[in-house]
Amino acid sequence: MKLYCLSSDASKPCFVLSFKELLIMLDCGLSAHSVLNFLPLPPVPSTRLASLPNYTPPHVNDPLLEGELKECCGRVFVDSIPEFCPPLDKVVDFSQLDVILISNYTCMMALPFITEDTGFKGQVYATEPTLQIGRFYLEELAEWVSGAGGGTGAAARRWKELLHVLPQPLSLAARPRSWRRLFAPAAVARSLARVRVVGYDEKVDIYGALDATAVSSGFCLGSANWVLRSAREKVAYVSGSSTLTTHPRPINQAALRGADLLILAALTQTPAHNPDHMLGDLCVHAAVTLRAGGCVLCPVYPSGVLYDLLECLSAHLDTAGLQHVPMYVVSPVADSSLAYSNILAEWVSVGKQARVYLPEEPFPHAALARAGRLRHARHLHDDAFSAEFRQPCVVFCGHPSLRFGAAVHLVELWANNPAHAIIFTEPDFPHTEALAPFQPLSMKAFHCPIDTSLNYSQANKLVRELRPRELALPDQYAPPPPHHHQAPRSVPLPHRHVAQLLAGQQAGARAAAARAGAARPVPTVVVRRGAARACGPRRRTARGSLGAALAAHAQAAARTLPAAPAADAQALRLAPLQAALSLRDNRLELLPAPPPPADPAAPPQPGGSGTGALPRLHWGALDVDALVRALAREGITDARVERSAAAPAEGGGTAAADSMSCIVHLPRHDTLVHVERHATHVFCEGRADVRQALRRALAAALPHV
Amino acid sequence: MPEIKITPLGAGQDVGRSCILLSMGGKNIMLDCGMHMGYNDERRFPDFSYIVPEGPITSQIDCVIISHFHLDHCGALPYMSEMIGYTGPIYMTHPTKAIAPILLEDMRKVVVERKGESNFFTSQMIKDCIKKVTAVTLHQSVMVDNELEIKAYYAGHVLGAAMFWIRVGSQSVVYTGDYNMTPDRHLGAAWIDKCRPDLLITESTYATTIRDSKRCRERDFLKKVHECVEKGGKVLIPVFALGRAQELCILLETYWERMNLKYPVYFALGLTEKANNYYKMFITWTNQKIRKTFVQRNMFDFKHIKPFDKTYIDNPGAMVVFATPGMLHAGLSLNIFKKWAPYEQNMVIMPGFCVQGTVGHKILNGAKKVEFENRQVVEVKMAVEYMSFSAHADAKGIMQLIQYCEPKNVLLVHGEAQKMEFLKDKIEKEFKINCYMPANGETSVINTPTKLPVDVSLRLLKAEAVRYNALPPDPKRRRVVNGILCVKDNRLSLLDIDEVCDEIGINRHVIRFTSTVRFDDPGPAVKTAEKLKALLSEKLEGWTITISDGNISVESVLIKVEGDENTKSIYVSWTNQDEDLGSYILGLLQSMVQSS
Ligand SMILES: [Zn+2]
Repeated sequence: MKLYCLSSDASKPCFVLSFKELLIMLDCGLSAHSVLNFLPLPPVPSTRLASLPNYTPPHVNDPLLEGELKECCGRVFVDSIPEFCPPLDKVVDFSQLDVILISNYTCMMALPFITEDTGFKGQVYATEPTLQIGRFYLEELAEWVSGAGGGTGAAARRWKELLHVLPQPLSLAARPRSWRRLFAPAAVARSLARVRVVGYDEKVDIYGALDATAVSSGFCLGSANWVLRSAREKVAYVSGSSTLTTHPRPINQAALRGADLLILAALTQTPAHNPDHMLGDLCVHAAVTLRAGGCVLCPVYPSGVLYDLLECLSAHLDTAGLQHVPMYVVSPVADSSLAYSNILAEWVSVGKQARVYLPEEPFPHAALARAGRLRHARHLHDDAFSAEFRQPCVVFCGHPSLRFGAAVHLVELWANNPAHAIIFTEPDFPHTEALAPFQPLSMKAFHCPIDTSLNYSQANKLVRELRPRELALPDQYAPPPPHHHQAPRSVPLPHRHVAQLLAGQQAGARAAAARAGAARPVPTVVVRRGAARACGPRRRTARGSLGAALAAHAQAAARTLPAAPAADAQALRLAPLQAALSLRDNRLELLPAPPPPADPAAPPQPGGSGTGALPRLHWGALDVDALVRALAREGITDARVERSAAAPAEGGGTAAADSMSCIVHLPRHDTLVHVERHATHVFCEGRADVRQALRRALAAALPHV
Repeated sequence: MPEIKITPLGAGQDVGRSCILLSMGGKNIMLDCGMHMGYNDERRFPDFSYIVPEGPITSQIDCVIISHFHLDHCGALPYMSEMIGYTGPIYMTHPTKAIAPILLEDMRKVVVERKGESNFFTSQMIKDCIKKVTAVTLHQSVMVDNELEIKAYYAGHVLGAAMFWIRVGSQSVVYTGDYNMTPDRHLGAAWIDKCRPDLLITESTYATTIRDSKRCRERDFLKKVHECVEKGGKVLIPVFALGRAQELCILLETYWERMNLKYPVYFALGLTEKANNYYKMFITWTNQKIRKTFVQRNMFDFKHIKPFDKTYIDNPGAMVVFATPGMLHAGLSLNIFKKWAPYEQNMVIMPGFCVQGTVGHKILNGAKKVEFENRQVVEVKMAVEYMSFSAHADAKGIMQLIQYCEPKNVLLVHGEAQKMEFLKDKIEKEFKINCYMPANGETSVINTPTKLPVDVSLRLLKAEAVRYNALPPDPKRRRVVNGILCVKDNRLSLLDIDEVCDEIGINRHVIRFTSTVRFDDPGPAVKTAEKLKALLSEKLEGWTITISDGNISVESVLIKVEGDENTKSIYVSWTNQDEDLGSYILGLLQSMVQSS
């Protein structure tokens, strides 16, 4: 078993596991941090952004760089269509992948980069909500980026060659040459068409070699952890899990227990912020702003926490006497996302499910929409929408990076008014970075990140409870190497903090375990982007099935080993077995062997044991006296035993060892039997009948099956 | 040989009520727990005393599985759980769990409030019963206990209908409930993978019918309705609130729209809106087309179909009314029937199967007069039409399902004996598998082969693969492994000799035989060895024969040539497990020497 890590962003993971001769990709997250280096693409033209001065590094005169960089709010941005950071494509040949398993819709945005124009021939599996909501995310992204018409044709490329002369933070951009533009809508559609939909706890047969099962991870609608099971091994991939109670089905921990290997990814990105407190803060900030006549902007994704925000904020505004304040969701996929969430009865929490049985929609946003408090629109400038737009209001729209989407326009519009507020809830982007091209900002900015994925103490608790044999982590979560001065690493500072946190937790667990005299700490394998690590158990057998007839036959021939030094000799039985192999759909079955060839003079067949009735395995020491008696029974009465001094025993000169080396001489049959401790060599003339008599006699003198 | 036992307590050679007992691997499973609509006494419930004459039933049944919300499949469930006292697990899909209590309550009202029966379950009992239900999703593998696993497949038929795959150890059964192999206007077709169960228990309502195309039936239906209302007649369509009703509503709605018709269409009972809400919320269980378009237009928001009020019964002029229940055995549909039946211009369309004893069954069999409990006699002058819209698989569909899942045996339930015979014959001829059709209370026993799990050494398998791949391809050649079966702590493994020794800690004792053949063959020894190798290669097809330094080896057999210019000694040596090969080679050399 081998694990490759292809992503540098642990919250947008991408691993490849080689397991049972299969190459299995676990998630294909797309890191979008790179877009923060680009200028925002306003959905409607902005004179401010259009009139920014060009930037040229001092002492550099490179005509190719012309127009690629702009200076804005004291920082340098790339003026081009934003680019993203897909998983590494050099480590694993994507055409060789057998399967891609997706854990949730936040971890699949790079799918087209993996499956399109790469020769990919495998299967992709995801739950139905993951596929549908993932589609909304991808469609929204495509529309925001291409619909804005930003950038002037060709992508800016020259700046990537001149990083060393550029100012920070642009000069710190990680491997910008591997950044890619978003795929075309056709590629998205082709890629999503490959996805096969699975339900929770559905065992998916992967080429007959193993079962993959998606089990609820409690993070968002349809989010799953994956359990891979062969006959003997179990691997659990835990990505984007939550032990908190929100709208999705709760995490299924039982299914993850006792894995040989546990791969842990996509923990919280904001470990210092409690999601519940953040939700409370958000409601308070929003109410205060609205009461003062200001508007509230929440840059969000079109699904996920948005549903909780709508539910909690509407309830809070009710109690705050602000029920007249309209809430708007602006996204090309707003209608689909809101409608879709209400038909996922089988994927929501028990409380929400109970509403469906009434029957009422599981989420209150359908009722809010019917009551006119919640409206949605594809674009800000839709005529019907602009006509009914009222202030003060709350607007939920993308993109959380503030580089494209309706949010860009609203920030531009409201930035100078201190009555308005922008509240960041999505954890994917540092909010100061997101706001960098909009400075100076008069509107209030609040940071209330809501990331319900596991925090480090929850993750440690989970690992302790699941008791895996081995744990694999991306290096961001692992303790720093003991000699960090020798290993310069590019791990950003907050991650190092995280790493130590987890290391500390593990040390604590170790101490606790030691105190309790309980299990040892879990052996941990750390994988870095671009690297591969061997992990998991090594296999020596394959699981098959044995038909009843054959089992009964073997049972009859079986021999118990009372003398064997096994722990429980009673339970140990051996029998020689010849069987026909059937391999159908990778399933191994042992069937009764074909009968031996009818013609005894025909040559033996490779692999066959021919007559099959003769002993196949002897062990232990030969009982010479028993051999002589058995030979006599066969009519060979002239056996003469010579203790041989010339054949020294391995054990040295003890009498017992000596007695094991001897020669049995059968003069009338011109045969010598050399007996040693672990071997007997018969030199005989070619008579078959004598040889068979000898074989029977040897069997009587040696334990065998 | 382990066996699977099936005893129908209902649906054995009849269509009235489904309740089938399945025993395998020490587990007892009840498949459906239906109620017979044609009876008004205790005969409507399955005979639970068959399972246990007295005492608690829970210890006798490991779980109850309900295939769908039709009352002939779930109607007796509250009786079993609340009145008989079954407390074990009950499984059904989410939509079934949501909708079944509504139909149960509806039926309870008819029985208790209209017919005045007292010994019947209460509303509270229905609620308590449903609380005990575990809802499952499609394809979810549910472990009832450590050994019993169940999994639901999409069955079409009605919203939430499922077929169930059930496994104990290496034995497995598929139970279809009611299913439909052709998609209709609101549901998709049943689907199952090649799960190769030991037994397929399938319904056979339409065992002998190959139904004409759906389109023809729909056109026929619309034509008849249209002709009737055009002449000022009233059309009564008795339906169950959920299921076929939605399909026919979609059908009429689109026709009315297309033809721009103005005749009133009503749907009786306040259930309509609620029922349609269930369809909206469980839209993932409907067909592709409805799922794709639901954001823009919900197919279950009807423009032309209005709720019915009882006072409309006596309204003059044409109208179309959907009324419950579907078999005209009680309730509003029966009331309307009584009023409209004596008039020739009216029409009743029965869109589904009617069980014996119901008014629906009587008029479909041509009854011109129907007598009721209070001696009331109703003359039937209205046109009576039967249109099979109930979504069951026909003979073709049943054969198709068998083809899909490749069962080793088939058992027919939920059909009429005569028709079953015909289908049984067909199945046995076409698929060469056994087919059973037990009557109620009769037990069918099906023998199944056992399979034990065994761990096979990769080393053995790799050696076999090398041998196999060395041979010219021949699809008929059997692949053979040879090893030692090791039984340790009840776990089986097939290992090679060295692995066995390692595994159980014994020292192997190797026995080797060496014989000498003298051969007069002038020339260097190496030449002789090459000659021998050529001979062996010719005789031993498929074996890997190597030669180095004049020594030939095949598996553990070593052949060495020594001697002077004229006479050679050929030593042939082999270990005990290669006796066959060794003695064959020795024999070969001996006869070569003799013939030269
Ligand atoms: Zn049915």
